[in-house]
Amino acid sequence: MSSVSVRDVTVAFEAVQVFDGLSLDISEGEFIVLLGPSGCGKSTLLNAIAGLLDVAEGQIWINGKNVTWEEPKDRGIAMVFQSYALYPRMSVRENMSFGLKMAKTPRPEIEKRVAKAAELLQITPLLDRRPDQLSGGQRQRVAIGRALVRDAAVFLFDEPLSNLDAKLRNELRVEIKRLHARLGKTTMVYVTHDQIEAMTLADRIVVMKEQKIQQIGTPDEIYHRPANLFVAGFVGSPQMNFVKGRIENTGEGLSFLAGDRRLSLSAYPFATAPQAGQEVVLGVRPEHLEIASNGAWPGFKVDIVEPMGADTIVWCSDPVGSVQVRTTGSRKAIPGESLTLHVDPTQVSLFSAETGERL
Amino acid sequence: MSTLVPRGRRPQNLTIGRVGVYAFLATAALFFLLPLWIMVMTSLKPMDEIRLGNILALPAALTVEAWSKAWSSACTGLECNGISVGFWNSVRILIPSVILSIVAGAINGYALSFWRVKGANVMFGVLLLGAFIPYQVFLYPLVRIFSMTGIYNSLTCIVLVHVIFGLPTMTLLFRNYYAGLPIELFKAARIDGGGFWSIFFRVILPMSTPILVVATILQVTGIWNDFIFGLTFAGRENLPMTVQLNNIVHSTQGERAYNVDMAATMLAALVPLVVYFVSGRWFVRGIAAGAVKG
Repeated sequence: MSSVSVRDVTVAFEAVQVFDGLSLDISEGEFIVLLGPSGCGKSTLLNAIAGLLDVAEGQIWINGKNVTWEEPKDRGIAMVFQSYALYPRMSVRENMSFGLKMAKTPRPEIEKRVAKAAELLQITPLLDRRPDQLSGGQRQRVAIGRALVRDAAVFLFDEPLSNLDAKLRNELRVEIKRLHARLGKTTMVYVTHDQIEAMTLADRIVVMKEQKIQQIGTPDEIYHRPANLFVAGFVGSPQMNFVKGRIENTGEGLSFLAGDRRLSLSAYPFATAPQAGQEVVLGVRPEHLEIASNGAWPGFKVDIVEPMGADTIVWCSDPVGSVQVRTTGSRKAIPGESLTLHVDPTQVSLFSAETGERL
Repeated sequence: MSTLVPRGRRPQNLTIGRVGVYAFLATAALFFLLPLWIMVMTSLKPMDEIRLGNILALPAALTVEAWSKAWSSACTGLECNGISVGFWNSVRILIPSVILSIVAGAINGYALSFWRVKGANVMFGVLLLGAFIPYQVFLYPLVRIFSMTGIYNSLTCIVLVHVIFGLPTMTLLFRNYYAGLPIELFKAARIDGGGFWSIFFRVILPMSTPILVVATILQVTGIWNDFIFGLTFAGRENLPMTVQLNNIVHSTQGERAYNVDMAATMLAALVPLVVYFVSGRWFVRGIAAGAVKG
C-alpha cells in the first residue's frame, strides 16, 4: 500500500501555475528525498502534502485516505522545518507537548511520549530550557522531537539541516537515517538541495527542476543512469564531464566521435536505437576517467590540481574543452603535464544533444 | 623628528566641522527647550512677578499655588472645578480606547499576515486608504450616524470613534510586525493542531511584547492628545482634558492668569511626557518597527 500518494496535483499561486498535474507515489516506510535547485517546487510540493497549501486540482492521499481537503493536523503527518520553528516563549518540554495538548491528549500520556522522544534524541537534559538557550543542532533535535511525539505515519522534512554548519549537518544526517531505521514503518519525505543528503538518506530520490519531476529512482540509478542532462549535471560533485560529439557507424559497430577522439559503443545499453550521424552529448563521471599511458584519448594538459585528501581532482583540457578526472590521493599531477586518458565505455551516459534525454 | 607609527586606535581630531555640528545641536536643543523652560518658570511664579515681564528669570518667590488652582479650582466656563475633571474624563476615555483598539489591530494584523484571508490585500488597502483621509471629512457623517443610533455624546461614542480611527494604524503596525515573524512558526503550529484563536493566544501573542508596548505608546499619546474627537463626540459630561484646557485658557475674568494657564497645560501634557520619558527606548524601536523585521 502506498503511504503518500500525490495524484495529478496542480498548485497555483494566484494566476501563476506552480505544478500542473504532478503525480508521485510513496510506499510505506520509504525514505523519499525531493532534490532540486531552489525554486524547483520541491518545498511547494511538501507544503501541499502537509496541507499548508491548497491544491487547485488533483488529490492527495495519505495512508489510504483522501486528505485533499483535510486540515494539516488531521493528515497524520509531522513536519520539521529549516528554521526549526520552535515556539520561542515555550520551554523544550512545552514545545514538544504543544501538539498533544491541542489534541487533548491525557497528561500522563503526553509526559510518557515526550520522555520517550527526548531520550531517543538525547535531549532529556534540555527539556526545561528555552529555545534561545540552545545551539542550532540542539534546536533541530528538539524540532525533530516535536515531530516524533506526534506519532505520525508520515514525516515531512523541509531542508532541516540547511541552517547547520557542516560538521553538525553530517552528525544529524546520520541520526535521521538511524531514526528512520529505528522507527521502521514511518514514511519520510525529505526536501533538500544538497545532493549528499539526498544520496546518503534516500531510498528513492525525486529530482525536480522547474516544477517538473525529472527522474525518480534509487540513488544508484540517479547517479549512474541519469535520465537527462539536467539530472546528470545536478547530481555528483565534481560535476559529470560532458563531451559533445556524434554517433557514427564505423566498421566494428556504433562509435562516439568527437573530433578525432572516438569511443566504441558496442557495450553501451541503448534505451532507444540511435541513428548514425546523430548529435549527442557524452557524459562521463570524473572517477570513470583514468590516467593511463595506453589510453585512447591523448593530448590532455593538466590545468589545475585539487588535492582533497582521499582523492585528487585533476582538471585537464584539450583544445576543445576541459574535463575533470578523479584519481587517487597519491597520484601527483603537475600543472602543464601532458596526459592520456582512458574512458570506460560501460560507465558512460549518452544524451541526445537535441532533447537532453538519455539514449 | 619623531614619526607616529600607526598602531591601535586612530587619534581623534577635533575639526572645525565637528565643532560646528555640536554648536548646531546645542542651539537646536536650546531652541526646543526654551518654551518648556518658560512654561515651568511662569507656572511657579505669582502673578506680581509675571507682570514684571522677565519671562526667562527664575521665580523669586517660588509657589505651587497656580498648580493647585489649575488642578482643582480654575474655571472652565461656568464651573470652577479645575482641570482635574478633564483629567479623569481623559483617563476614562483612554483606557477602553487603548485596549480595544490594540486588541482589534492585533487580531486584524494576525489574520491579514498569517491566514491569507480571501481579499486580504484589498481589505488592507482600503483600511490604509482610510488612514490617509483627513479626519475632518468624517466628522459630520459620523455625528449623523451616531445621533441616529442614539449614542451620540456619550463615553461609548467617543471610545468607538477612537477604536475605529485607531484601527488602520494598529493593523498596519501589527501586520508588519507579524510579517517579520517566520511563517514556519505558524505552519508548525497549524500542523500541531492549533486553530485561529489558539495559535493567536498561545504562539503569536506571547511573541508580540515589543509591538504591544509600541502600540500602547502610540495609542496612549495619540488618544490623550486628541482634541477634535473629544470636542465633537464625547458630550459635555465627558469632555477630555485637552478640551477643558482650552476652556480654562479662554474663559478669563479680568486679568489673564498666565501661571494657571501654564500649570494647566503642563498638567495636560504630563501623561504623554511621562510615557515618552519612561519608554523612550521602546518608542524609537516602535517607529522603526514598521519598516524593519522584528
